Amino acid sequence: MLKTLWSAPLTAKLGVLVIICYVFVAVLAPVLAPYKETAIVGASYELWSDEYLLGTDNIGRDMLTRLIFGARNTIGIAFATVLLAFIVGGTLGMLAAILGGWYDLVIGRIVDILMAIPSLVFALLLLTVFGTSIPSLVIIIALLDSTRVFRISRSAAMNVVVMEFVEAARLRGEGMAWIIRKELLPNITAPLLAEFGLRFCFVFLFIASLSFLGLGIQPPLADWGSMVRENATLITYNDITPLLPAVAIAGLTVAVNFVVDWMLHLSSGLKKEHQ
Amino acid sequence: MSSVLKIVLQRLGLGFLTLFAVSIIIAFVVELLPGDITQAILGQSATPETVAAFRKEIGLDRPAHIRYFEWLGGMVQGDLGQSLASKREISEFVGTRLSNTLFLGGLAAAIAVPLALILGLLAALYRNSIYDRIVNLLTLTSISFPEFFVAYILILFLSVKAGFFPGISNVSTDLAFSEQLFRTILPALTLTLVVLAHMLRMTRAAIINLLSSPYIEMASLKGTKPFRIIFHHALPNAWGPIVNVIALNLAYLVVGVVVVEVVFVYPGLGQLLVDSVSKRDLPVVQACSIIFAAVYILLNLFADIVSIISNPRLLHPR
Repeated sequence: MLKTLWSAPLTAKLGVLVIICYVFVAVLAPVLAPYKETAIVGASYELWSDEYLLGTDNIGRDMLTRLIFGARNTIGIAFATVLLAFIVGGTLGMLAAILGGWYDLVIGRIVDILMAIPSLVFALLLLTVFGTSIPSLVIIIALLDSTRVFRISRSAAMNVVVMEFVEAARLRGEGMAWIIRKELLPNITAPLLAEFGLRFCFVFLFIASLSFLGLGIQPPLADWGSMVRENATLITYNDITPLLPAVAIAGLTVAVNFVVDWMLHLSSGLKKEHQ
Repeated sequence: MSSVLKIVLQRLGLGFLTLFAVSIIIAFVVELLPGDITQAILGQSATPETVAAFRKEIGLDRPAHIRYFEWLGGMVQGDLGQSLASKREISEFVGTRLSNTLFLGGLAAAIAVPLALILGLLAALYRNSIYDRIVNLLTLTSISFPEFFVAYILILFLSVKAGFFPGISNVSTDLAFSEQLFRTILPALTLTLVVLAHMLRMTRAAIINLLSSPYIEMASLKGTKPFRIIFHHALPNAWGPIVNVIALNLAYLVVGVVVVEVVFVYPGLGQLLVDSVSKRDLPVVQACSIIFAAVYILLNLFADIVSIISNPRLLHPR
């Protein structure tokens, strides 16, 4: 794998480096941050100084600390959501491909109807009803995203399910769980991995947008989306501090997109043609 | 011609069915509200009599399916119910909001679509050139930005620093059209930038896909001039996927409009939705969701129909 990494284009290498930095900051947040996450340490809207490296926010909390803890909250929640979406959507997709017939039709129709509602609107509707606690946020977004994952995993699994070795396994009497684990999963990992990256970007941006609208991660938890909204008035004073969380969001998404782009190139075999 | 009509009617019917199913889901979700909505609105200190009177007033004492059919029936006739927060008829203010949102979306689409088509076409033709690589990098970066980031950057540079455009777009119908246009330009620009990157990439991919077909190779081997190859041979087949891309992105625009409206305080349907969600004003949330879903379904339907019509093989299936 190190060899593939070595031969990757510059953008992909940069992307991997950036992702590693983000994960590092997210995991080691309590160690790296100078203050506590919700501690009010100074006056509102202090300028950048030695004491508060990036100033303070609208009620006096240290910006740098909030940024670091925001990494942990936003990335952690997005990752958990995408994982859940993949477990649910991936399993359903593979089951639909293997069982076929009635199951495939019914699940497919339900997924189509769920996808007919634009995701932001549907999420807002569900959040009105179920409230914006973190578990409900994770479950709602995972449910909405699992429809897309269902489509991808079903189409990838359909290609594998018709192959002879799967038929041979069935005739041998292997159970469904075995077939899924040993025959299907290894062969659909590549497109699913690329989709994981894309879905992570989308969910990450989605959660940031929801928090920006005030309907995602609630204060006093640090979160990049709501930080942009809380400090937005600073823009009118020509200060770029409220843009820092937004830049952080954009940075991670760009990095993941670069890496996914490279992975898609690898798996589609177009690499030689492109270079 | 009749086969086209048949297909359009078929798809339209499917769309209506989907909208019907969506309305059931939206109504059903509200039923799942844990606890009672009356308790949530009236608060803890409400007496049982007040609660009972309120329930009767908003009709909660009747069973769920009766309420659903009443709601559906009312919606078809144009009565969208009453807002819980302001007690006004929803259909009064939803109309203006919807037209505002469509105005914003239309403006953004008018700028983005031609630009995306031209730039995407050029990128596909000069594939792997410096222009193409730069475009690729820029679009990849652009689709990674959250919409509010683009919005605030534009506000910072075009409104605060340069002072060209107002940062808040309070549009109303009694303003002159040019004034409305002026105040809507910044949010429209934001939406354009968000959607342009998607459309550009998809157009480029569609045209590259087309240009690698054998008959195009044959045409160029024949010695046909490049101009004629593009406009006579390639473009007629490219319309299907391109319009498909455009319709899908317009559908995406419907969603992106919500965040942009909130940033610019634009009086549209998206802002209404977000405000109502914060106030837990369920009838308005339901009405807005149905309208958004209907527009979304319509646009997807349109994309579907166009991709069928433009492909003769799908138009006359055996």
